[in-house]
Amino acid sequence: MNTGTASGIMEQKTRKGIHAPLFALWAAMGSMVMMFGSLTSAYIVRQAAGNWLEFRMPDIFYYSTVVILLSSVTLHGSYWAFRNGKETMYKLLLPLTVLLGIGFIIMQYQGWNILYSIGVALDGNPGGSFFYVISGIHAAHVIGGVFALTVAMLHAFTLKYKPTEKRRRRFQLVLHYWHFVDFLWLYLFLFLLIQ
Amino acid sequence: MSSSQQHETDVLIREQGYDDHFHEHHHGDKFQSNFITHYIFSQDHKIIARQFLITGIFWAIIGAGMSIIFRLQLGFPDDSLAWLKPLLGKWITINEAGVGALNPEFYYALVTMHGTIIVFFVLTAGLSGTFANLLIPFQVGARDMASPFLNMLSYWFFFLASVVMFFSLFLSTGPFAGGWTAYPPLSALPEASSGSGAGMTLWLVSLTFFVVSVLLGGINYVTTVLNLRTKGMSLWRMPLTVWALLVTAILGILSFPVLVSGFFLLMFDRGMGTSFYLSEIFVNGHALENVGGSPILYQHLFWFLGHPEVYIIILPAMGLTSEVLSVHSRKPIFGYKAMVYSILAIGFLSFIVWAHHMFMSGVNPFISNFFVIFTLIIAVPSAVKVFNWISTLYKGNIRFTSGMLFAIGFVSMFISGGLTGIFLGNSAIDIQLHDTYFVVAHFHIVMGIAAFFGMFAGVYHWFPRMYGRFMNETMGRIHFWVTMVGAYAIFWPMHYIGMAGVPRRYYRFDTFDAFGHFAGLNEFITVAAIIVFAAQLLFVFNFFYSIWYGRKMTTQNPWGANTLEWTTPIHAGHGNWPGNLPTVHRWAYDYSKEGAEKDFIQQHLPLTDKEKAEAENH
Repeated sequence: MNTGTASGIMEQKTRKGIHAPLFALWAAMGSMVMMFGSLTSAYIVRQAAGNWLEFRMPDIFYYSTVVILLSSVTLHGSYWAFRNGKETMYKLLLPLTVLLGIGFIIMQYQGWNILYSIGVALDGNPGGSFFYVISGIHAAHVIGGVFALTVAMLHAFTLKYKPTEKRRRRFQLVLHYWHFVDFLWLYLFLFLLIQ
Repeated sequence: MSSSQQHETDVLIREQGYDDHFHEHHHGDKFQSNFITHYIFSQDHKIIARQFLITGIFWAIIGAGMSIIFRLQLGFPDDSLAWLKPLLGKWITINEAGVGALNPEFYYALVTMHGTIIVFFVLTAGLSGTFANLLIPFQVGARDMASPFLNMLSYWFFFLASVVMFFSLFLSTGPFAGGWTAYPPLSALPEASSGSGAGMTLWLVSLTFFVVSVLLGGINYVTTVLNLRTKGMSLWRMPLTVWALLVTAILGILSFPVLVSGFFLLMFDRGMGTSFYLSEIFVNGHALENVGGSPILYQHLFWFLGHPEVYIIILPAMGLTSEVLSVHSRKPIFGYKAMVYSILAIGFLSFIVWAHHMFMSGVNPFISNFFVIFTLIIAVPSAVKVFNWISTLYKGNIRFTSGMLFAIGFVSMFISGGLTGIFLGNSAIDIQLHDTYFVVAHFHIVMGIAAFFGMFAGVYHWFPRMYGRFMNETMGRIHFWVTMVGAYAIFWPMHYIGMAGVPRRYYRFDTFDAFGHFAGLNEFITVAAIIVFAAQLLFVFNFFYSIWYGRKMTTQNPWGANTLEWTTPIHAGHGNWPGNLPTVHRWAYDYSKEGAEKDFIQQHLPLTDKEKAEAENH
């Protein structure tokens, strides 16, 4: 442990058995849950007040959901390969996950374009506005995840392959966050579909 | 504590402490060796605590100074304010007779900024930012926060928020003027008032940075408390300060993101033409296109943060008070576990009472009933805490230091302000009392003055730990008595004005038949406010004077306190303890224990044979 600032202080990170950065990530995810929870609650409250635009969700959002679910599978596969010494598979599945992540964002963007072309505008009825805002803020969180994945990918290709505890934990952070934004989208997708 | 006893502490920690191999990695603090890394971009929790505190003091002077200006307007509406022209410039208009009047638009801006600054920048960042940083690592026995870097970022996001908000005060159109709650449509339509344009934009940007700061800090505090406690420091051995700061941080993590959601929708309404909060509005006789929005939606999102925010402000003050009361009564805190469960109960209930801020906004009266019940239930854990504080004082060997006086003052303020909360929690009485000076008096006493008292108690008590010197006691006691008497003089009369139905936020009352006869009372309040403000300047002088010229701290543990921060060297470096971490053997409140040779037993002292035998018999 000789990286980071004031290395002696960083030493303490695992004093109580839980990895502190992972715990902090979970706390941050709790905070994000509250944010999206409040947005979907606001959706329900506003919808109940009437004057609400109903529209059919474009098919592309179904495809993008499949893509991001698939990316979780590939990332988990990469993590499994990393831990079990399968270097090639690890280095193959990680870039694939990044591509799927980028693909998801492009598909969301396409979806917004399609929505706009069928007359659902951001500045129109709140029924449409909420769709854009909720899926847009989620996409921003996915972009953050893509950056994290890219860093993990750079580690994979620039550092010598060594499945140490420290690198496993670093990978774990990305893994948990990515699964989080993935299942968050699944929740938002089902929510927007059912409503 | 004599120097030989101090030596004993050091030897004990060296021999029995927990070796985390700190010394093997920590060859001086090479990352904090120059001025910039030590005092500015510091990652040391002790320095960051002082940064939060001093920034908080800066904002407190501005926020309180604003209240003096609008109190002058309310107390003496006909007197000339021309002498304020050099400070306020065009916001003072002088008529032909030479009488200067405060611009009404700017009056609203002052009221708005006073609320925003005191609630967020002083009592959130200045209070929990300071003491969570100072006390959490010290009292749980950690070298620093879980992530010193994110902790540093937390301060600098607060600084950035401060810069943006400060800048907005100097806009030619003025800062935001629609009330600190920023309800739409005044906050959502840039053309609604002069402060709703650039002023509101900067307000939103500033508070968004502020939320980032709170989240970075809060995540760090929770992680540190739950993961970095030293050996032997079980949850039930933590001082109440740490419990309070932990629950405060959890409330912040869970409630501030909801405010951000509300802000996002507000930003879209302002900039992208959406109608989340806007519907069928006329501005200057022109109908806007926005249809279908609901301003009540914003109120729900705002108060879902807003109510926990009240507890984010008061819980740290409660924790500090508990600790100071126990130390200076030389008695264990009464009902330690009841105190912890009360903190947890208050934290939980704070999330299900938000609509009591909205009784008069047209929400369903049946839903109001639900919120009335939960609001009144908060009186139970609050009363438990008050009972325990008073019982701690009972038959205590009380030392009336400045910190202790403020802690006792906190209990007084919390009782007075809490009782009026029971009135306001009832939706029926709210028909008369809502948006009156009764509300103003209630929340200023219970979360304004009380939280300030908790903060003062903390500053006087832990000043030696921060700066290695004591604050001046004489000035401290003058500060306390003037503030204590003065605060009641300001807010007590407001209850009567409020019961008569005088609304808050009005520019002047002398033109209303129903309210004109309160002119004398308003003058009295203004004079009291000026005197109390002067006493705070005495505190500020005392604070800065004592940093350089205060009486020096000569022993590690001047108050005879049990918690771990008093086992570190007087000028502790980054990492807090030079060698091993102390190992904890007991809770934080072994004061005046029967059979012990001193009236306090610090947490790192091992159990005696007699105590071990007693523990086994239980």
